[in-house]
This record gives sequence, structure tokens and C-alpha cells, in this order.
Amino acid sequence: MTEPSNDSTSQNDPTPSNDPTPHDDAASGHDGTPLNPALGDDRAPSNGAAPQHDPVPLGDTAPVGDPADEREPLDDAAGGPAAQVTCSVPELSLIVLVGVSGSGKSTFAKRHFKPTQVISSDFCRGLVADDETDQTATTEAFELLHHIVGVRLRRGLLTVVDATNVQPKARASLVKVAKEHHVLADAIVLDVPPTVAAERNRARPDRDFGEAVIRRHHRDLKRSLKSLSKEGFRRVHRLSGVEQIETARIAYEKAWNDKTEETGPFDLIGDVHGCRAELESLLTELGWTLERDDAGRPVGASHPEGRKAVFVGDLVDRGPDTPGVLRLVTGMVRAGNALCVCGNHEQKLVRALNGRKVKVAHGLAESLEQLGNEDEAFREDAKSFMDGLVSHYRLDGGDLVVAHAGLKEEYHGRASGKVRSFALYGDTTGESDEYGLPVRLPWAEDYRGRAMVVYGHTPTAEPEWVNNTICLDTGCCFGGRLTALRYPERELVAVDALQEWYEPVRPLHTTVRDATMLDFEDVAGDRYLTTDLVGTVKVRAENAAAALEVMSRFAEDPRRVLYLPPTMAPVDASSLDGYLEHPAQAFDQYRKHAERVVCQEKHMGSRAVALVCRDPEVARRRFGLGTGPAGAVLTRTGRAFFEEEALTEELLARIALAAEGAGLWDRLATDWMLLDCELLPWSAKARELVEDQFASVAAAGLSALPAAASALEAAAARGLDVADLAARTTSRLANVEAFAEAYQRYCWPTSGLEGVRLAPFQILATEGANRADHRHDWHLDAIDALVGADATGTLTATRRRFVTLGTDEEAEAADWWRGLCAAGGEGMVVKPVLEGRTKLQPGLKVRGREYLRIVYGADYTDPQHLERLRQRRPTHKRSQALREYALGVEALDLVAKGAPLWRIHQYVFAILALESEPVDPRL
Amino acid sequence: MLLTISTTARPATDLGWLLRKHPENVQRFDQSFGSAWVFYPEATEERCTAALMLEVDPVRLARAFGRGSGDASLKQYVNDRPYAASSLLAVALGKVFSTVRTGQSESRPELAAAPMPLEIALPAVPCKGGAGLVEELFAPLGWEVEAEAVPLPGFDADSRHVRVRLRGELRLADALSQLYVLLPVLDDAKHYWVDIGEVDKLVRAGGDWLAAHPRRDLITRRYLAHRKSLERAALTRLAEAEGSEAAIETPIEEDAPLMAAGQGAAPAGAAPATDEAAPHADAVADAEPHRTAPLHRKRIATVLEALREAGATSVVDLGCGSGKLLAQLFKDRRFTRVTGVDVAARALDLAERALRLDRMPERTSQRLELLQGSVVYRDKRFAGYDAAVLMEVVEHLDPGRLPAMERVVFGEARPRTVVVTTPNAEYNARYGLEGRQMRHADHRFEWDRARFAAWATATAERHGYRVRIAGVGDADAEAGTPTQMGVFDRD
Repeated sequence: MTEPSNDSTSQNDPTPSNDPTPHDDAASGHDGTPLNPALGDDRAPSNGAAPQHDPVPLGDTAPVGDPADEREPLDDAAGGPAAQVTCSVPELSLIVLVGVSGSGKSTFAKRHFKPTQVISSDFCRGLVADDETDQTATTEAFELLHHIVGVRLRRGLLTVVDATNVQPKARASLVKVAKEHHVLADAIVLDVPPTVAAERNRARPDRDFGEAVIRRHHRDLKRSLKSLSKEGFRRVHRLSGVEQIETARIAYEKAWNDKTEETGPFDLIGDVHGCRAELESLLTELGWTLERDDAGRPVGASHPEGRKAVFVGDLVDRGPDTPGVLRLVTGMVRAGNALCVCGNHEQKLVRALNGRKVKVAHGLAESLEQLGNEDEAFREDAKSFMDGLVSHYRLDGGDLVVAHAGLKEEYHGRASGKVRSFALYGDTTGESDEYGLPVRLPWAEDYRGRAMVVYGHTPTAEPEWVNNTICLDTGCCFGGRLTALRYPERELVAVDALQEWYEPVRPLHTTVRDATMLDFEDVAGDRYLTTDLVGTVKVRAENAAAALEVMSRFAEDPRRVLYLPPTMAPVDASSLDGYLEHPAQAFDQYRKHAERVVCQEKHMGSRAVALVCRDPEVARRRFGLGTGPAGAVLTRTGRAFFEEEALTEELLARIALAAEGAGLWDRLATDWMLLDCELLPWSAKARELVEDQFASVAAAGLSALPAAASALEAAAARGLDVADLAARTTSRLANVEAFAEAYQRYCWPTSGLEGVRLAPFQILATEGANRADHRHDWHLDAIDALVGADATGTLTATRRRFVTLGTDEEAEAADWWRGLCAAGGEGMVVKPVLEGRTKLQPGLKVRGREYLRIVYGADYTDPQHLERLRQRRPTHKRSQALREYALGVEALDLVAKGAPLWRIHQYVFAILALESEPVDPRL
Repeated sequence: MLLTISTTARPATDLGWLLRKHPENVQRFDQSFGSAWVFYPEATEERCTAALMLEVDPVRLARAFGRGSGDASLKQYVNDRPYAASSLLAVALGKVFSTVRTGQSESRPELAAAPMPLEIALPAVPCKGGAGLVEELFAPLGWEVEAEAVPLPGFDADSRHVRVRLRGELRLADALSQLYVLLPVLDDAKHYWVDIGEVDKLVRAGGDWLAAHPRRDLITRRYLAHRKSLERAALTRLAEAEGSEAAIETPIEEDAPLMAAGQGAAPAGAAPATDEAAPHADAVADAEPHRTAPLHRKRIATVLEALREAGATSVVDLGCGSGKLLAQLFKDRRFTRVTGVDVAARALDLAERALRLDRMPERTSQRLELLQGSVVYRDKRFAGYDAAVLMEVVEHLDPGRLPAMERVVFGEARPRTVVVTTPNAEYNARYGLEGRQMRHADHRFEWDRARFAAWATATAERHGYRVRIAGVGDADAEAGTPTQMGVFDRD
């Protein structure tokens, strides 16, 4: 017996062979009316294409509707009383045990299922009453039971209910819970003679409720056996007698929509609608070889590279050759070269072919007429092919879901009337629009699932990615195009329609759908984000709350905020006289992990992230930036660097031009790039901050200290003993003078872009490539080329030295650092030179002695302060730096591969949230 | 950090007598954030100068502020407190010369009671309002004021520090009391939490001169760190002290900065987010208390009226701030469900306190809910209300984010009624604002009537609403009303 996997979300299709529901033809006033079958799911495929299991395997228990239901217990199993019975249940299902007290349900459950899979009413009674037999707690015990069952089913876990369930009402409420979660329910009836049950109960001291109760249970059960098959269970497995119960085994069936073992590569093909000629061209364009019958009609196709085609449904109606399309696709599917899901048009055509009353509209007439010209055998075959189509497939380990009208995540792998209806018709409101077509809800905008969803159904002028979903219906029959998506390449291939075959009721959907709508639930509350580098990163609700405010009130439009730079940790404190930071500690910290490091000049300005596009069309197409600058220049908290858009545009244009000149676009095979930069001078963005926080301190100090010094001088001249106080005051005056000098080096006047310099130091990402893990020499070389090609003098190179650790180069680098600082530099950043991604700190900053006055205060160099400051603890800062870095790398992965905005935003938002953690700001 | 007091009274060395600090001694006094020193740079018959110098220990300062505010900004480590004449110096002055300030002297009562020629020098007074405010505060008290802004090193601009020299013929006790009160007022910041005890201190120190001071309201407001209940108490007591029925204007903070109540924690400062929201409003409020006071109330009344007319019973106030509208909604029982949403968690804390949510009986508090949320993130919690209010909210959004807000409010939440109010830029000139100057530093734009109408009409059209535009406040023949309102509704 195979254990079902715990996280299985697969779900079996039920077996009914008849159309399960009457269809409401009267309501089909528009393009198909959602059907609402009572059992309603995908029906058993009746051609060679579908089921991998025999619906009624030998030795299986009786399926619903089987006449065996009416037989007496002893006659039940096909092989007689001694035969072993297999109960075949879906991998994900709700299994309802039915049997009187003492029938052995708990023992049975224990034998076949994990303890966590079995929820018993006794257990729940115990939980709410501390007494498993307390009947007064029954109502609440069942409330709890239903709740637990519901949660488990929602999470995709097989669940077994161990309760007597002999009354229809009890079973009905469980079937309802299963339906609510789009999970099938199977009943397993344990039918033992009353004497056996009574005997067992007598042996158990806690079951002293008397024979009358058992008799009543039996009566209820007897009555139930007649009605069970109509209660909404997929199957009822009846085990009769002690022996059959004890020898029975459980088998698991895969859901019909579960094609997770199919890993492609796939060619997914949009709505064909009878456009056979266009389908032939598209397949040819995709590299398929068509097979033809004697009459020259295509009857199959195969791909030399073993690709598999997946049709999103709506093969039929409207177009000129529905039979031809069916002939070709049926051949491909039966040969195992293609899969096909059911479209609403197939659904309706089958009903029409079955002689049901349907409204002949939306191109059905054409199909009926064309099929009327075929022979009966072909019609029957086509009907049976269409009748057997499943409404959605999960492919490639669950990473790809195909359904005609799309499918929201909670329905993936599930089966119910609602699921089928959604897959065929989409999320409709039940209302009609001005053209009489159903109003559809934009489920894709809300889609947050991991799996890519490929669908058709809604003709659009241009296929567009919306949150990892794409609609391939480009209205071929309306004179549009027939479109295919190559998977996993994510490449679109299309052929034009030969003509308009059918007049559209309304123009093709051209409104740009809103993939930029972000939801509060995407970012709020405690969040756990997975990262490649450091595993799960937790974002606390209070930090998310702070980030929400900054993102909403101050940040740029999220479409422009695709990355935020992580904070950077400082080196361990130096013990060298007069120094708090020194390169030696940085070399020590990397010594164990890397042979070489690079020391990069640390520009002292403001960190800036630039999204540069080759031209505005790229910005519009790739990032949806229809208005405003064709890119962005952001501060480290996601604000626009310049208040005037014109300045952003001009700066971006200069970078783009330099990239053109350096041949970077072609070299990197991209038409956009994200750059990590420092924008100089500091005062360009931070002028207010510099004035308020630094210059005003210097102003106060430079005004007050000389006055104090001269007052003390006068007092000393009078013979008062103020020598110590005067000495301290003089020293503080010198410190304030040094402080004032320190910040002024990073301030100079700018006007527009005049005086502004931008020092890019890393190419973060380009189309299809996250470059954050490239070696620093690669980055710096590319950037040298960029800077070299900039004729405006705006771009500035980053000086650097590579150091082989453990050699004289260390001391030389320390001298170089001292030189940078003496010339007024902030200091340098030391980064390990390694290939690929590591969990090491990506860099350590080593700041200059004078620069540090700006952060530690003018007097920090006083020995007593310095000694105290050396006790600083950078642990939290380092953890913060590493977590932010890991989140950033993840964001870049997502940006590079064109992931939905909400996913990128989650990571970027998290970086901002982590920034609000309270950390010593001086580190 | 430095204050010098000089006199040319004869003999000038009587100053030592009055200050009770001997001119030949150097004295040190322990303070919570360092040491205060008193010494005499000069002491002759003709002229005597006493210096009070405060040596601030930045470590003690940073530790005290870091603990109190939980603020992680660099300001707690790098600030002007060690150099400036702030509330630290005022407190030191109060302590070191506590007996002098009483104006009593057992041995030389006539000397203490008599005005004398005084010269007070302060090399660095932090002053919000510049040199002009120093003049405004000290001149009415009989001082000849010399005040000069200290330049910002490296910038072609003035710092917020002013070099001050005061000359006048005053009682020494009065001079000290005035400095004690006015130094933190000029700074508009205190290094300690301001509670009801401050009212006593203010009334005691300002009893003789404050009640009649032309800038009494500003002095009171700033001294009491903008805490309104304290202000009212102090103004009432000052009026009583003066024995007059002088009209007591309750100062209204138009769009008051959210952090006002927390200003006691300065200089540690507030989060960077609000740092940028340096309130022009304060300037407006200082200049125009009479005009702005009723506007805020009128606006709330007009919004309430619009909601009642629309027949709304459930209302979500998007951007509720400290809950002024919520309180009014809550008072009216017809509103059975009232929800306040703000993007700033701090605003919600203030609202919760103002509304006394924690003290309400459960049945009552169920009508009211406060949520953190953002109008640019779709939020299913916004749905299901009869009406949504955006009162003075849209102008705080970057124009580029307005479409997102529209989709969230009009497209997704879709209440039957949406009420939007925003300033009318045309009216700004009536407030004395010039050119493109706006009413609040955080306003990203202010629309004139045509632009508001265009936005409102287009938004209504896009989302299937009708809109009616109205004004709030007294209409000016040319400029219209100070606030404009759009009431959107749909079937």
C-alpha cells in the first residue's frame, strides 16, 4: 500500500459516466453558461487519452451507482466472503468511516492511516470536555471536528473522519465540508452484525450506553445503505463482516488532473476555434512534423525534440474547419504527443451532439454543419474525445497549470463543480456586459500562486503576463493570431490568421490589465520570506508596519522600486592607537574564506539605485512605465532622488548613452540594467540633513567654544584656576573644527545635474540575468567601460586594489586606504573575490578616522571615548546586512526573470522593513 | 553651553553678591548631563561678568535619550546640545541660581529688588524662528536686543543658532526667570518629558511678565511642548494672575504634525518620515490662529453632513490621523460602524488614546475599529462600508500614486459614497502664503478648483460614480473657499 504524500494536492476525478447534471440551456444566452453539476467534476475520459487507472479495477469495491449497492452485505464483494477487498481512494480526499459503535472504525483507521490523518469525534469530545464520553459536549465537539477537517482539506491533506456517521445529517455536513474545499469524499462502511458490536462494547467499560443504542445505530445504518450512493460521495466502499474489514486494503488513485510527471518541454497553444490551416502553420513554425492521411489531411504531429503540445481548449466552433482541427489534435493526443484540456465550446458541442437542447450561437452552428458533412464514425469519435477532456492539468511537478479559462491557486489539483466551472468559464459575476458577454472577474490580478497558469478563453490583442499567468487566446478566428507559448523558455510564437473567419461581438480585449495592483496582504503582518542565501528571513509585523508607511507615503511607484540596497556592516573595531576602524580587521575577517579581496574606494555621497532602460519603449514594455521617466534613480529607501522628473530623465539618458557607447547593451544582451551607485555630492540629496544635523552642530560649536575659550582665558588671566577646563575646551574646539572640515568635504554646490557625479559600482541585473553574484573584477571592468564612454563627465570610476591575503599587499592596501582618507575620502569597502553566491558578508566598510567624527561625534577620538566605542557590538548590524543582502539577491532573481510585481515587491518591501529594525546608526 | 551676565552697576562686583557666587572662586555643580561651572572672566568695580558654562557629557546625554525614545537616529549622538544654550542650560541656570530667581535677599533686599544695568551674552542660542523671534520675545520685556544668526559652515545659509546680546536695566531675578522660560521656548524643544508640573513652573517663573507679553500664546505653547491640555491650564491661570478676562484663544494646530505629543523627547527627534514633514503649519498656526481654528471644525461638520445626507450608517475614514473625525462620527449613533484607517501606526496610537478606546465598554467599542492600512495597497478590509472618507489625505500622496489610490478606493472598496476634501490652492494667498508655497510641508500638491474638479470628474467617470463638488469654509469672492470637497456616489 502506498502512503499518500502529506502535501499532496492531487485529487481524483470521480467516475460517473453520465452527464451528472441537467444543463440549464435557457440561461445560455451568452458565451456558455457555467454549469453547476451536483457532483460536478471532470468526467471520466472515454478515449485513450485520459485515465491511467481502470475506473473499476478487479476486486475493487462497488462504485456509486453500481447495482451491487443494493445487495445484502454477504454478497457484497465479488469474490465472496474470503476475498480481499481493496478500497481505492483519491490521494487527496475526505474519507468518512461509517459504522455502529463497536464496528471497529478506530482500529481500522489506526491500521491504515497515520494518527494525524484520523480525526475522531471521541477525540474532539475529549478536547472540548476533558471526557470522551461527555454527550453534552457533542455539538461543540463536532464543530471542532468540522473545523479541523476543513483546515486539513484546505491545506491539501487526506483526512479520515472516525465517527459513527450512521445518520444522513452527520454525513451531509461532512460532504459539505469536502465540497467547500473542492475535495472528493469517499465513504467506507464497516458493516458488522449487531451481536459483534454489542459484544465489543460490553468489553469496554466506557461504552455502557446499552444495546438499545446499538440497535438504533444499526437501524440507521441499514436505512443509510440505501441512500448513501445519492449523498454526494464519489464512491461508497462497503466492507461486510469482520473478516472483510480486517483484510481490506487501501489503495490510492492519482487525480486525473495530476500530470505532474510530465515535465515538457511544452508548446502551449491558444484557442484554435476551427482554424486548421493556421494551426498547421503554427505547428510547422514551432518545428513540428505533420502526419497526413491519404487524403492529405493532417492526422497527427510529432516534434523532433520530443516536445509536447498542450492545447488550452476551444478547438472547435466559429472557424472554417473544426473537424480538421479535431482530427489533428485527437491524433496528437492519442499518440501521446499532446495534451488537451476542455474548453467551454467543447462542453457545449458535446451536449449538442448528444441531442440536448442548446442555444445554437457563438459559432456552434458552423461546427454542427461541418461535422454534419463527416461520417457518423468520425462524429462519434470526436464526441467521445471531447467528452473525455479533463478541465485542467497540473504539469511539470506542479509548476505549470493549464486550464481553458485559467484557475485560481486554491483550485489547482482540486475537483468540484466549482473548479470545473471556473476552469471552463472563468470567474464570472453572472452579469453580462454591453455586448451580452459574461462579465469576468480579474482573477489573474489577484493570483499569487507559485505555478505558472496558462489559459485562453478571453481573446486579447496581445498576450500579457499578469502575475505569472498568461492568456494565449489572440482571437485567431476573429482575424487575430494563433499564439503558442514555449515552456519553459517563456517564448511566444504566433502566426497571423488567414482572414477574419468570424465576426467578433466586441473588439478584442486591449485594456492593459492591472498587474501592478499590490495587496495589503502581500506585505502586512509577520512574514517569512525564503531566500537562496540564508534560508527563511522573518519580517516582523511592526517593521512591516513602518515600511508600509514609507512605501505608501514616500517611495516611488512600486514598478520603479525593484531593488533596494542592503545596509553594510563595519569591520571589527581596531585596537590601533587613535583608530576605531582599520583595514587589518577586514582582511582578518575574510582570511578564512577567501584568498583575494578587493578594496574599493567608498564614495561619500548618497546611495542610489538606477534603473536604466535603453529607450522609453523598453521602460513601457518591460516595466509598464507608461508615464514619467523611462526608469528610476532611487535613494536607499526607494524615494525618487530628484524632485524634478526632468533631472532623473537627463541622468538616465546620460547613462543609457554611455552604455550605448561602451557597447554594454549588446555585450550584456539586454536593453535595461539596474545599477548600484553612489551619487555625489552628499549635499545633493541630503542638503537639509547635512545642514540640520551636521552643519548646525558645527555652527553652534564654532560659535560657543571660542567664546567659552576666551572667557576662560580671561578668568585664567585673573588668576583663577581654570586650567583643566580651559584645556578641555580648547581640545573640543579643535575637534569641532575637524568635524566641520570632515562634512564639508562631501558638500559642494550643485545646480540641476551640474556638479552631480554618479559612481556606479555594480551592475545588479540585466534581462534574464541576476549579476549580483558576478565577481567584482567583472563588475568594475564593465563599469570602467561605462564611465569611459560617458562624454558628460557625470559618471565617476571607483578606484580599487585587489589584495591577495597574507601577502605584503595587505600593508600596501592599508597605506592606500590612509591615502584615500587623507585626501578626504570616506574610506573603503573590502569585498571577497569569489565566484557565485556565498553566505559571507558581501562587504565590510573601513571608514576613515576623520570621517567617523560625522557619525560618532566630534570628540570621539578622545582616548576615553575611543576605548568605550571599541566595545561596540556589530552582531545585529551584520545579521541585518546579510539578511537584507539575501533578500536583495532574491529580488534581483525575480526582476531578471520578469516575475510578477507583487513577488518582487514582497522582497523589496522586506528590505525596507528590516531597515527599520533598531540598530546602532553609527555602525 | 555658555551664558555670561555682566553689569556696570557700581560697584559691579555686587553681582557676585546677588548671584551668591564669589568672583574669586571657580565653582562646579553636578548636573544630570554633565557639570555646570560658574566663574568670573572679569570682576572690577566698573564691570563684572559672571559666566555659567555647561560641560555636557555626550555619553550621558545619548544614553538618557536613547533609552527614553527608542529612536535609532544619529541625532542622539551628534547634536548641538553640548554647545547650544538649550533647555539643558536653562535647567542648570534654574538650579545654580535658584535662590537668585526668587528676587529675595535677606542681607541686601534693596539690591535684589532694584533694576540694574545688565548685559547678557549667549554665543549660540538654538532658535526656531530666527533672530527676529529673539527680538519679539525679549524686546517687550525691556531689553535692547542684538541678535545675529550664526552662519552654517560650508553653506551660504544661516544656521538655526543665534548669537544673542541683551542689554537692559532689569532686576537680576527677572532676567534669570526670563532666560529660564525663553531659552527652551526659542529652541522649541525640551530635553525632558513635559507634564503638568511644567504649568506650575511656567506660572511661577512668568507670573510677573508673561501674562501681558504680546507673544504669550506662543511662549505658552512652546514651553509646554504643544500639549494642549497643559496650554489651556496655563493660559487660564495666567489670565487669572493678571486679573483680566482676556480672551483665551485655544491655539489650533492646522494639520498638526503627528509627533507633537512626543516632542518632549527632542532632541532625539522623530523618525525620518516625519522629519521631512517640518510643519509650515506651525507658521500658519502661529500667524493665523483665528482663521484656521474654525476651519477644521467646519470641515468635519461638512463631511458629517454629507455622510448623513447620503444615508450612510457605516463609514471608513481613510487617513484618520489622530481621530478627530472619528470622534464625531462615533458620537452620532446613526453611524453603527465606524472604522479609522491610517498608514502611520503612530497616528493610530494617538487616535486610540484620544478616543479612549481602552476604557470603552465592549458593546460601545464594537462600533469603532482602528486599522493600519494604506490607500495605495488594495485591502479587502476597506470593502463593505456605505461610505469612505478621504479628508485632507490625497494631497499627502505623490501625484504618481493617485491612480493606485483611485483603484483601491473607487475600484475595489467601492463604497456607495466617497467624500474627498483637499485644500483649495487659490485660497493660499489669503493665508499670506506666496507663489507655490503650500500649507503643509508634507503636501505634495495643492489643487486649485479647476484641477480638483477635473480630477474628481475623471475619477468618477472611470469608476462609475457621480460627483458633486462643494466648498468648505467662508467663501472669498475670488479665491473661493479654503477647502474643497467632492462627494462621490453611485447606484
